[in-house]
Amino acid sequence: MPISNYIIFCLTLFTIGIVGVLVRRNAIIVFMCIELMLNAVNLLLVAFSKMHHGAAYLTDKASLVGAEAQIFVFFIMVVAAAEVSVGLAIIVMMYRNTHSIDINFLNRLKN
Amino acid sequence: MNKLVYLIPLFPLIGFLINGLCRKSLSKTFISVIGSGSILASFIVSLILFFDVKSGGAMAVNPLFTFIQTSTLKIDFAFQVDQLSSLFLLIITGIGFLIHVYSASYMHEEEPQHYGRYFAYLNLFVFSMLLLVLGANYIIMFIGWEGVGLCSYLLIGYWFKNNNYNYAAKKAFVMNRIGDLGFLLAVFWIINKLGTTDYHQVFSLAQDSSKHLLSTFDVTAITLLLFVGAMGKSAQIPLYTWLPDAMAGPTPVSALIHAATMVTAGIYMIARSNVLFSMSEVTMHLIAIIGLATALFSATIAIKQNDIKKVLAYSTVSQLGYMFLGLGVGAYTGAVFHVMTHAFFKALLFLGAGSVIHAMHHEQDIRNMGGLKKKLPITHITFLLGCIAISGIPPFSGFFSKDEILAAAFAHNKIYWVLGVAGAAMTAFYMFRLYATTFLGSFRGTHDQEHHLHESPKAMTYPLIVLAILSVVGGMIGIPELMGGHHELHHFLSPILVSEKAHEIEHSTEWMLMGISVAIAAIAILFAINKFSKKPEMQDAEGFGKVLANKWYVDELYDTIIVKPLMHIAELFKSIVEKSGIDGAVNGVGRLVQYSSRQVRLLQSGQVGSYILFMVLAFALIILIWVNDGHIYRFLTKIF
Repeated sequence: MPISNYIIFCLTLFTIGIVGVLVRRNAIIVFMCIELMLNAVNLLLVAFSKMHHGAAYLTDKASLVGAEAQIFVFFIMVVAAAEVSVGLAIIVMMYRNTHSIDINFLNRLKN
Repeated sequence: MNKLVYLIPLFPLIGFLINGLCRKSLSKTFISVIGSGSILASFIVSLILFFDVKSGGAMAVNPLFTFIQTSTLKIDFAFQVDQLSSLFLLIITGIGFLIHVYSASYMHEEEPQHYGRYFAYLNLFVFSMLLLVLGANYIIMFIGWEGVGLCSYLLIGYWFKNNNYNYAAKKAFVMNRIGDLGFLLAVFWIINKLGTTDYHQVFSLAQDSSKHLLSTFDVTAITLLLFVGAMGKSAQIPLYTWLPDAMAGPTPVSALIHAATMVTAGIYMIARSNVLFSMSEVTMHLIAIIGLATALFSATIAIKQNDIKKVLAYSTVSQLGYMFLGLGVGAYTGAVFHVMTHAFFKALLFLGAGSVIHAMHHEQDIRNMGGLKKKLPITHITFLLGCIAISGIPPFSGFFSKDEILAAAFAHNKIYWVLGVAGAAMTAFYMFRLYATTFLGSFRGTHDQEHHLHESPKAMTYPLIVLAILSVVGGMIGIPELMGGHHELHHFLSPILVSEKAHEIEHSTEWMLMGISVAIAAIAILFAINKFSKKPEMQDAEGFGKVLANKWYVDELYDTIIVKPLMHIAELFKSIVEKSGIDGAVNGVGRLVQYSSRQVRLLQSGQVGSYILFMVLAFALIILIWVNDGHIYRFLTKIF
């Protein structure tokens, strides 16, 4: 499959994530949109990694080119998982305090 | 001997510092000894230098240090001792010393600290005047020139608790500044054209016709600007009004500054620059006309003044006019001669007036005096001698100097002579009007004043006597050859003055001119004594006399056409340019910042969504710029 398909797909995902963050007020959905952006980037990393590795494999069967990106993706997933736990905890605390998960209520720092 | 020259201004400077800084802790006696002693020391050094110069000592320039150094211009702090400056040194320090001695007694009622301040100012004044005279270039002269202006301001406003005196001081300062501007511009012009301010170099370059450094226009402009400076300092029309007002200062100050020394600075400067002035016909004519006009104009005013010092003040202005007439017709020696004799008799008259004022307890109106002849014998005799000297009766000093100027004026233009003699007659008339009203007749003051009338102490009468002797015999150094004399002054000064046009008058004519002027003066004197000794003018003048008594309303005229419009313009600037322009700009900037910050503050809404939106937009913008940096760079280079 040509790389451009991956790129277009990732861009679409990322844009959906951005638009979601911008327009939605529900904290959980905003959170999910952030995850969507992260995963769009992950997918792109993996896609490029595969592409580079495929190119190197033709000349050297033992080549490890592109493996770093795979490692990166794992790291990102781990960090994202940790972040999700913190983020969900914050949302739970927010619900406890405001009885709402609407992010527009989070304007107490104003003034 | 010439190496001593720096001592001459140094002594008064030291006196100024001691008296000025320690005025609160020193006793009056000590202050007066320091003040007078420093001038006496200068006088002794001046005498030594004078005889050195007289016995053929070459003109010498003594550079002390480099004052200003640029790539193209080097100005030394240098003193020049030659015939002209050594003569002026003697006048300044000699008469200055007598006036200091006189002041020590005259000002004795002042508190010690003010007494110290007074002597400090006097010493500073003498110091400035000495710098003016000694300087070997125009810059040093300008330092002294400004210094005497400052000191006259300080001394006129010496009694600073009286606001009128402060206004008089301010007026003197501003008038002088107007003249100083002319002087300064002339110096700039000289520097621009000749690249030096040194007298020798300026004069030799100006005379050097092969190089053509100065065009006729340059010479005329420079001399006219210098003359504007002289107008301010030497109180000529139209800048003379400060001098009569300057009588607000203590009387010895009037004698020192406004008769004997400071006002002669303009004469000195023109005599010093005679090479330049002789090159410009136009300026010379203008000087002669202005001088003559001033002489006549102020003489008419003096006729109707009733303040003893005001009469003398206008007489000073008038005599200065004669000096300028002398300069204008090329009789530089005559002008310098008249400076000298005038310094003698005018200092004498002012000090005599001071003695009268002292005896009358600060009464200055001559209508309240009269009959002081018996009570103040020494003052009376010396004052009378001064009056005769200024009126030009032979063989008193004023006769020789005035006659020399008038003879030169006759050779130049007969109308000048006629007007000059008319002025001389008026001089004789108002001086003897003053004399007769003050000293003759019967006493018209209060009983209390009469009871306290007394002759002044010796410290005041001795200077009077010395000055009276000088007024009588001072003319002997300039007896014209016509009368079998040698005119020593003329020969003495001839090395530094351009050759004056020989007087092409025949001896018989000259004798006749002298006779006419003396006769007219004598008639005026007799008429004045006859008229005023018995029946002085008690009521205020009427008709034309009122115009004269009000000084031709010149002060009012200046007030209307210069001072008031200036005030209006100032008011306009204050209310419009200052308030709405400058204040408006400053306040506007403040308001703009406040307004814009209020608007920008709205961006920080606390809405997380909007922050993210800004972030996204900013990222998008950065990426756009990053991608298109080539285009942007080209665009920017095209604009700038």
